[in-house]
Parts: sequence; structure tokens; C-alpha cells
Amino acid sequence: MTIYLLCFALFLVGLYGVLTKRDIVKIILSIGIMGYATNLFLVFVGYKSGAIYPILSEGKCIQPMVDPLPQALVLTSIVIELGTTALLVSLAIKLFQKYSTFDITKIRRLSG
Amino acid sequence: MILPYFIIIPLIAAFLISLIAGKKDQWAISLSLIAIIAVLVLSVYSFIIFQKETLIYNMSGWKFPFGIVLVMDALTSFMLVMVSIISLTSIIFSVQYIRYIDMDWKYYSLFMLLVTGMNGVIITGDLFNLFVFMEIALFAAFILVAYGRKAEEFEAAFKYAVMGGVSSILVLLGIAILYSATSTLTMAKVAEELKLLNPKITLWVGGLFLVGFGLKAAVMPFHAWLPDAHSSAPAPISAMLSGVLIKALGLYVIIRIFFNVLDAPIIFTKAFLILGAISILLGVFLAIGQWDLKRLLAYHSVSQIGYMLLGLGLATPLGILGGVYHLFNHAMFKSLLFYNAGSVELALGTRDLQKMGNVVKILPVTAQTSMIASLSISGIPPFNGFFSKLIIIIASIQAGEFWFAFFAVVGSLFTLASFMKVQRYGFRGENIIEIVKEKIGWQMNIAMILLAFLCLLTSLLIIPGIKEVTLDPVVNVIVQKAQYFNLMTGR
Repeated sequence: MTIYLLCFALFLVGLYGVLTKRDIVKIILSIGIMGYATNLFLVFVGYKSGAIYPILSEGKCIQPMVDPLPQALVLTSIVIELGTTALLVSLAIKLFQKYSTFDITKIRRLSG
Repeated sequence: MILPYFIIIPLIAAFLISLIAGKKDQWAISLSLIAIIAVLVLSVYSFIIFQKETLIYNMSGWKFPFGIVLVMDALTSFMLVMVSIISLTSIIFSVQYIRYIDMDWKYYSLFMLLVTGMNGVIITGDLFNLFVFMEIALFAAFILVAYGRKAEEFEAAFKYAVMGGVSSILVLLGIAILYSATSTLTMAKVAEELKLLNPKITLWVGGLFLVGFGLKAAVMPFHAWLPDAHSSAPAPISAMLSGVLIKALGLYVIIRIFFNVLDAPIIFTKAFLILGAISILLGVFLAIGQWDLKRLLAYHSVSQIGYMLLGLGLATPLGILGGVYHLFNHAMFKSLLFYNAGSVELALGTRDLQKMGNVVKILPVTAQTSMIASLSISGIPPFNGFFSKLIIIIASIQAGEFWFAFFAVVGSLFTLASFMKVQRYGFRGENIIEIVKEKIGWQMNIAMILLAFLCLLTSLLIIPGIKEVTLDPVVNVIVQKAQYFNLMTGR
């Protein structure tokens, strides 16, 4: 149970960062932290203590195995997050070229 | 089986365009047109032929509860028809408009990826697969919003990307919780397993999904990104985002998950009602003060999404009919309005309503079609917006929700007022403008005329006789929630 709460705390750290930070880079990092917490939670879902890896080979008897599906999901979601982060960073570079600042409060030509 | 082709055709087109299209965009245009027409023909065909049955396709042969399934029922093909109609007109409109920004094949490639993502979200029957397709569509959307490479566009795209990223993570968290509770990701199986479990899980998961997909659908407290992103994007992309993306990624998934999977818990349908009413009123109040034409239209998207959510939240067959019908109609007239805004921006070089004038003289097609679209969105008979709004209002009176009916009427009146402002100051304004920066070509005019006709034509969908074969099967899918997984599990 504690481990789930810690994972949730990590998620909230990320959410707090997204909501309160003014620096664009810090916002991108906070989104990353939220993603890590979610991936961690997915791995926890499939984990069983004392279980083995789910490959049945010769000379191995059947015993409790960890769930392999969440691991596959996490791999996919890590790749997706890599893409999101790369896109956000490239947008941040472009924003810096246009506005020459990383402060989100100064980047506001759109309003109303 | 035709199910995978809805994903394969645009995906192959996207890669082929990036492979063979050179400096000129002729190849890119013709390839994307062929792909979209193929998808349109397929979706119309499946909407007519497979109305009463549910088609299931097992990806790579994995049997039903284990592998990824693609599912097609009336609601799916209804949404596919809507997406492909708007995509077709949007490509036709882009031919001239995008050349004005940049002559580039990348646009068409990304556009095809956007269509792939939306078709995938609509057709999939697997929760994680839905997440993956949603990300594909969002990626393409982020880049297309920033396509003009101006400072404001990067700002809007960044805002959109941050909001989209957060909402995707919330959705993924909801999917993880659902998986841990039910040990399956197939929607039909999840729906079956959830019945045996503690209803508190439904509350947790529903809350996460409501925020996650609410952010994508731009329902009122989560709307902050929409006016920026939709007003900064190039006009055909604004039409795609406002017309279909917020519905395919937001409302369609909300319908599918809350009605078919979570079995429409009362607390969430009540939340839909309240969020819908807030969206209707605040969206229209914010819209009426805008002078930037595209920004005004973007705020109206928030308000109109409120109508659809209100209809769905009533959870009566008539209310759902109104919601689904309005969803289709809104795609038609809102895309048309964004095309009008785009062609005015191209010809006069401004989006400010106060600087426009005598558009009727210089751009007759734009002015006349914008009149049709304005009448549709404000709910004037005989255009389609009138009928869907009327159904939603009647349904809320029938359900005994008089206040919500009142809010819907008030919202409609203010919509009329703000579009009178658009027509009075913008298209029929007093400024005399002589110089036209750019001539509006026949492609743009065709796209606008096509949608103007559809605005009139879709009002026929409500006539008894046509309604039974078009809208009623869709409503049936949503109302008979359990049928979805009964059909799939083969009972």
C-alpha cells in the first residue's frame, strides 16, 4: 500500500509542477514526472512478489508469474512520452527564438 | 473485412506522401484526396449496409478477450462518415490556402496522420489501443496548429501540447486502474467485469476519464487551450479541430466509455448536465465580446459542445438523439464558418471584425455561405442547427429539467446575437474595401458550397422515415448500453 501512495505522491509532484511553475522547461519536466508516476503505477499493477518472469521454458515447473502485459504497455507509453517530450522541447526552443524568454507569464500575446 | 482499412488507408497515404512527394505538392494533394475519398466511400457503404449488426475484427488473429479488437456498430460508422466528410472538404480547401503559407508535402502527410488517429480512436474496441491512436492524432494536431510558424502559433501549440499531455496521462492512469481492477483492456470485457466489482472503482475511473476526455473535448472548466489553438491554426485545420477532433477524441470517447462501458452512472450524467449548462452559457458570453472572428468561433465551439453534453446528460433516448444529431450538425456548420473566416483572412488580410467590410461585394460565395452557417448555428429553421437544438430543449422539458431547457434557450439567443454581430460588422460592414490581397480560387469556393448544401441537407435527417434508418440505430447503440458487450461476447 505504501508503495502505491508514494507513486501517487510522485504523480502529485508532477501535477503541482505543471500547475504552479512559470518556467517552460520546468513545466516540461513536470509533465515527464507525471508520466513516470503513471508508468510506475502500471508496472506495480503487474508485479507479484516472489513471482518469476513469464517465459515457460523446458525444465521449469509452473509457478506464479508476473503479468507481462503492463510491461508491454509501459514500453509503448514510454515511447509515446519520448515523442511528446521531444515535441514540447522543440516548441520551447522555437518559443525562445521568438520571445527570447522561458517565462510563461511573459509569453502571452494571445489573450481574451 | 473492411474494418482495418479505415486505419490502413490514411496511414499508408501519410507514408507514401512523405516518400514520393517532391518539392511540388501535386502528388501529395492527389494522394491524400484519393485516400480520403476511399475512406468516405467505405464509411458511407458500411453505414448503409451494416446498420443493425456489430462487426468485430480480431487483430492478427488473437481471439476476442485477449487481443486487440476493432469494433464497428452504427455509432462508429456514423462518426466515420462525419470525419471523412469534413476531411474531404478540408483537403479541398487546403489546396489553395496552404500554398499561400507554404508549398509543402509535410502538411498533407500530417493531415493524413490526424485522420488515421481519429479513425483509430473511433473504430477501436481496446482501451490502450484507443490511447495510442489518441496520441497519434494529438501529435499531428500539435504540429499542424504550429504550422504557420508565427510566434502566436508556437505559443498556442505549446499550450495545447501541455494540456494534451496532462490529459493523456490522466487517461492512461484511468486505464491502468481499470486494468488492475478487471485484468483486461477490451472494452466489452471491461464492461462485463465491472458489473461484479465495487461501484467505487467506477467513480474513480469515471472521474479520471471525465477530466481527461473533458480536457480533449474542451468542456467549460477545461477549455482554456481551445480558443488559442483553434484560432491560431490554419483555417482548414481549425475546421478539422473544431469540427471533428474535439468530438472524435472527446465526446465520442465519453459516449463510448460512460454509456457502453461504465453503464452511465447517474452521478456522471448529472455532471454532464451541469458541465454542459456551464459550457453553453459561459462559452457564449465569452464569445460575444470577441472581435477576432476565429476566436469568436472558437468560443462558440465550447458553447456548442455544451449542447451535446447536455443532450447526452439527460440520458433519455430523445436527449441522446438531440446530442448525437447536434454533434453531426455542428461539424458541418462550424467547419463552414472556419472556412469563411479563412477565406476572409486570405482575401482581406484581417480577422478583426471592425476592419472588415463589404465582403458581400468582393467575396459573394463566402458571404452567402457564411449567412447559411450563421443561421444554422443560431438555430433558425429550416437549417439543421434548429432541429437539433429544438430536440435537446424538448427532451430536457420532457425529462423535467426546466432550468436546463431555459439555459439552452438563453444560450441559443446569445448565439444569435453574436452572429448578428458577425454579419453586421464583419461580412456586411460599412468599411469600403477595394484591394483584394488574394483571389479566392474555385477549390475554396467548392468546399464552402459543399458544406452549405450539407447544412440544408442534414436537416432532412430528422424527417420520419429517414430518421429511422440514420439516427435511430446510433441512438440505439447508446441507449441499450449492455447490448455492446452482449453482441461481442456472443450472447
